[in-house]
Amino acid sequence: MSEHVVTPVKTYVFVFVALLVGTLLTVLVSEVDLGWANNIAAMSIAIVKALLVLYFFMELRHSTRMSALTAIAGFFWLVLMLVMIMMDYWSRHAIVLPVPGK
Amino acid sequence: MASSPLVDRHGHDVHGGHASRRHPAHQFDTMEQQKESSTLGMWLFLVTEIMFFGGLFTAYLVYRTLYPAAFAAASSTLNVPLGALNTAVLICSSLTMALAIRSAQVNWRKGAMIFLVLTMALGSTFLVVKAFEYHDKFVEHHVPGHILNTPFHFVLEDAREASAIAKLDPDYQRHAEIFFSLYFIMTGVHATHMIIGLGILAVLLFYTRRGKYDSEYYNPLEMTGLYWHFVDIVWIFLFPLLYLLGAHLHG
Repeated sequence: MSEHVVTPVKTYVFVFVALLVGTLLTVLVSEVDLGWANNIAAMSIAIVKALLVLYFFMELRHSTRMSALTAIAGFFWLVLMLVMIMMDYWSRHAIVLPVPGK
Repeated sequence: MASSPLVDRHGHDVHGGHASRRHPAHQFDTMEQQKESSTLGMWLFLVTEIMFFGGLFTAYLVYRTLYPAAFAAASSTLNVPLGALNTAVLICSSLTMALAIRSAQVNWRKGAMIFLVLTMALGSTFLVVKAFEYHDKFVEHHVPGHILNTPFHFVLEDAREASAIAKLDPDYQRHAEIFFSLYFIMTGVHATHMIIGLGILAVLLFYTRRGKYDSEYYNPLEMTGLYWHFVDIVWIFLFPLLYLLGAHLHG
């Protein structure tokens, strides 16, 4: 870690433009009916945008490993919560248990 | 940008990086250690925020999985251009926030003040646009429950579309109400975070004006930046999930 890590303005502006392009892209894609792929497209773009913000604006690329690990742990736990809960809802109706006496 | 006479073109302090004029708080050995502690503490707070918003996102995902047709229909009544505008406004405010911190890093105090004011102006713009959107929802009676003696009311104008959705989900009006409950709580909590952020920015502006922050000490600016960018990330996910879910229905 050097004492002065001053990011060039150019880098910030580049990330900013990328985020705006991502926003435009997500709106355009949503207008087309792609079925289930709409969700994949919208979430992929949102995740890329979030990573750009985390890496450049939130300076994760210059932060200590401890801070980066904390950030990753936060999102890891979020994914655990979503996946564990959705495993139940996505599979609930698929399981047909035999009913005794019928 | 680095036009301050105190800084060379690489953004380095002309006093030299080692002749520190600042002293860390007594529990820290160095300024760097102090900054790392602040950053770690802020990230721990943000982890609680991830789980806080995460609970709402989970609720959204569960109900959307249960009632996809009603959610798409309810989503299609939201104003996509205003939502997209607000997304752009928030992204702009994240840029100005990053530039405010950068200005402090290169000892450009006036720049830091200008960018803090811009960030606050953009944050306020977001809230004003949001207020107009909320107003529309009140006028349309899309607010869940009984507000001002007018019950929640969700009717699709297009009769063909209405019958198509009723076929998929006979109880779609009640399920649309769940969508709007989630819409109001998620955007409402997000807006609350913005209002708190604006308050913190006002305090930072006050201290920046007094010259409290420079290239050696700008932790409060950087920590507020982390908070501000995090709130931006929440919106980056809220926008497609709430506004764009049913966009193809009218496309």
